[in-house]
Parts: sequence; structure tokens; C-alpha cells
Amino acid sequence: MDALELQDLRKTYRGGHEALKGIELCVPEGEFFALLGPNGAGKSTAIGIIASLVTKTSGRVRVFGHDLDRDPMGVRRAIGLVPQEFNFNQFEPVEEIVINQAGFQGIPRREARARAESELRQLDLWDKRRVSARELSGGMKRRLMIARALVHRPPLLILDEPTAGVDVEIRNSMWEFLQDLNRQGTTIILTTHYLEEAEALCRHIAIIDHGRIVENANMLELLTRLHQEILVLNLRQPLREPPAIEGMTLRCLDPLTLEVVVRRDQSFNRLFCELERHGIEVLSLRNKKSRLEQLFMNLLGNAA
Amino acid sequence: MNAYWIAFQTIVVKETMRFVRIWPQTVLPAVVTTTLYFIIFGRLMGERIGPMDQMAYIDFIAPGMILMTVITNSYANVVSSFYSGKFQRHVEELLVAPVPNGVILAGYVCGGILRGLAVGLAVGGVAAWFVDFHPHSPLLVLLVFVLTSAVFATGGFINAVFANSFDDISIVPTFVLTPLTYLGGVFYSIDLLPAVWQKVSLFNPILYMVNAFRYGIYGVSDIAIGWALAIMLGFLASLSAVALYLLHKGIGIKS
Repeated sequence: MDALELQDLRKTYRGGHEALKGIELCVPEGEFFALLGPNGAGKSTAIGIIASLVTKTSGRVRVFGHDLDRDPMGVRRAIGLVPQEFNFNQFEPVEEIVINQAGFQGIPRREARARAESELRQLDLWDKRRVSARELSGGMKRRLMIARALVHRPPLLILDEPTAGVDVEIRNSMWEFLQDLNRQGTTIILTTHYLEEAEALCRHIAIIDHGRIVENANMLELLTRLHQEILVLNLRQPLREPPAIEGMTLRCLDPLTLEVVVRRDQSFNRLFCELERHGIEVLSLRNKKSRLEQLFMNLLGNAA
Repeated sequence: MNAYWIAFQTIVVKETMRFVRIWPQTVLPAVVTTTLYFIIFGRLMGERIGPMDQMAYIDFIAPGMILMTVITNSYANVVSSFYSGKFQRHVEELLVAPVPNGVILAGYVCGGILRGLAVGLAVGGVAAWFVDFHPHSPLLVLLVFVLTSAVFATGGFINAVFANSFDDISIVPTFVLTPLTYLGGVFYSIDLLPAVWQKVSLFNPILYMVNAFRYGIYGVSDIAIGWALAIMLGFLASLSAVALYLLHKGIGIKS
């Protein structure tokens, strides 16, 4: 069964702005799916419609077979939403926020308490359960929204920019948590500006631009479409001029940093053999841009 | 237990905890203001004003004073709570959950009624220091109490749906509710008014509520009780229909 199915989804706001121009999208059950796009592309509008926060102009939304028009309550039961902006009562204690959300989902108070404890413990917020939400750090507030979204154990979790503004350590622990959740069977859809996040977590991506899906493919398949990769090498000894290597473009960013453009049909082995032949010792290397970022820019460039 | 019933209970508990947590802002001011009203208008001035509708002036104003605080507090509870939910966006917690619009409305209105009840009881306690209460019909007192607070809680909900700023939630209480309450027969019997103004007063719904409440306590009223109850039920049904329509269309809460 598909976790999410969008058919010809359109949204025109009151001022006439056409945010979605007929989106078609299918997310299979169990998928870890990224919805990417520049600011204003229509990602949040699409998520808003799926989560019943935005009224669609036309089109069809189905979540695990529940039609948004015919069975809106079934759709809402199946979704857990972690929005981009903090949207809880800042003056309520952390535990109460999660328990109340369980109550809105129809879970009896006693069970709601047990579930809130379990979610807050998993997200390292149990010690803060009696603290007013406004006293939490940014990362804790994001985790609180995840705990709240999961308290009714939804089969589909939608996260809109879940790691925006959180530090690397928290981001990594959130990545691990989400990967575990996905392994346990929860379908996850996320939007993110951090393309390395999508590349690290998601198996499938759709790119939305100007209200249309411009790409929708498996991550591996997409990455194989990259024609070249740009590597940045850190050197042991300073270099005055880059060596000439046939078929590759090299330039010195500074005496200890070398940038190399490698086409897909060229091997890295040859690059390192040539560098060794020129007596250049490489200490470390990294991609200049994430591979997905490169592809993203290419796709948006083509779409424009 | 039915999921919608649990959701309703959750909203009511959440709303109740909200006004209980901030009781110095929600309950105490009404008690202080009413005490002052009783001392100044009831005791100091009331004795010079003389009887009204064959009763002491302080006895006459007591039911209206209680109902005035019920009206103000029921309205204020819902308008401030729902608007602050919109402002902080935590109303989205309800919109994404499987909670029907009727349950959302009923939950907030019930929260408003409970605040009206809490403040009404506190003010009633103050009134008991000044007035000897022996309710003529306790059932009618309770019915009017609940209907009045439900009407104004629903009105507060509609105001909150349309409000775009904190200024918008104070306009109706200041320019509509307060004048209507003061002209609704709290401090005088409409028999004192010239014939034209008596007729104009009959368009003020608060007049019916105050008189029905006064009848419940003393068995004395300017207007027919059946008519008063019908008007309250009519207002409640109409305002509820408007509120449900707004929720259904997502006006003021969805883009």
C-alpha cells in the first residue's frame, strides 16, 4: 500500500499566488523520502495540505488509503507532523504538551501518560518533563515536537526542516533516531535545506520547484546521473603550481589545498597514481559540494 | 471510551488548567471589582437610591452583578485562549488531530462555561456577604448561568477566529459587551425608562439573561421567562452555527 498519494494537487492562495500546480506524488509504505526544493517552491504548502493545515484548491490526497475529502479523520490518525516553526504552547510543561496531543488523538489519559513517558525518554527529554516549554533550548524544542508527533504511533511521520538550527551532535542523534524509526516500519517524509541530510537519510527524493515536481527518483539512480565530482584535497607539502594530469582539471585553492574535477568515466585510482608520481602526498579529501547538492543545482538550473 | 469524548475532555482539562494556573489574572480581578461595586453602589449609594422593583437596591443589582462577571469571563476565556492558540500556532495541534469541529467548539465553550462558573461562584460568595440569597428556582439559576456563559463563550470563539491581533480581541468586550451589559438592566429596572427606550432595550439580549437570572433568585422579572430562555437558546444555536461554519471553512485558522 502507498503511504501517500497525491494526484493533481493544486493550491492557489487568496492573493492569486499559485503555490502548487498539479503535483503527482507517490510514497510507498516504509520509505524514507525527501521532498526538496528552494524556498517558496511549495514544499510547506504540500505538507500543510496533507496535514489539514492548508485547504487545497483541487486534487486528491490519500494517506494509507484514507481519502482526505472522504475520511479526513483517518488521514489525521495516520500522520504525525513535525512542522518547521515551533507550534506548541510555550507556557505549558513539556509532559502536558505530549499528553494533550495524545488526548486529541483519542488516547485515554493513563495510556497517554505512559506513551508520553516513553517518547520523552527516547528523545532525552524526560528530565525536562515538568519544565515550561519556553525554557527548552532550540534542539530540545525540535525533539519535543518529534515526541508529540509520535505519541499516537502514526505510520507516516512528516518532518518539515527537522534539524534547522540544531547543532551537529543533536542533528546526528536525531538522524539515528529517525533511521531507527524507519527501520521499525514508520514511513518518513522530510523536507530539508541540508542536502547532505537528505543524501544520508533518504532512499528516494522528489524535487519541487515553482509548484511542480521536477524530479522524482531513487537516490542511487539520481546520484549516478552526476557527470562529475569536485574533490578538495589537503596536502602535506605546499604546492606552487598544480600538476598537469591528462583529462582532469586541477587548481590550487591555496598552497596546501588542491581542487580536482573528476569525470564519472575517470577513476580515482588514476588520480592518486598521478599525484604520487608527482610527489604529492594527500592528507585528506572531501567533496566540494555534497553530490546531491550538485545534482540539485543542476536540476533547478535546467528547470529554470 | 469514545475517541471524540477523550478529545473533548482533553480540551476541557487543558482550558481549565489554563485559567486555574493564572487565577490571579482570571478569577481574582472579578472578585475585587465586584466587592467594590457592592460597597460603592450597593451599600454607600444604594441606601440613598432606595428600593427598585420592590426590593433593596443592593438586592436588585446582585444577580446582574454576578451575571455580568459570568458574561465577561466566559467571553474573555475563549477569546484569549483561542486567539493565543492562533498567535502561538498551537491551535495546529488540534487541526492536525482527528478532532471534529463540533468537539473543538464544544471543548472551548465548556472551558468558558467553567471559568464563568468559577468566577460566578467566587463573586456569588462575595455577594452573600452583602445580600441574603434564597434562590426562588435553583434549577433556573443554573440553567440561565450555563446558557448565558455558553452564548458568550461561543461569541468569544467567533471573535477569536476573526481576530488578527490582540487589539481585535479587546474591541468587542470594550465597545459591545460592556455597553450592552450596563444597559441590560443590571443597575435599573427598564420600567424606569421612557416607553421608547423600553422598546429599544428589548433588543438587548443581556436584558433577558439578567432578568431570567434575577427571576431564578427572587421570582421577580421585567420580562417573561419563557421568552428569555427561548432567546438565549436562539442565540446559542445561531452563534454555534456561525462558529461551526467558520471552522468548516477554515476561516481565520487555515490558509
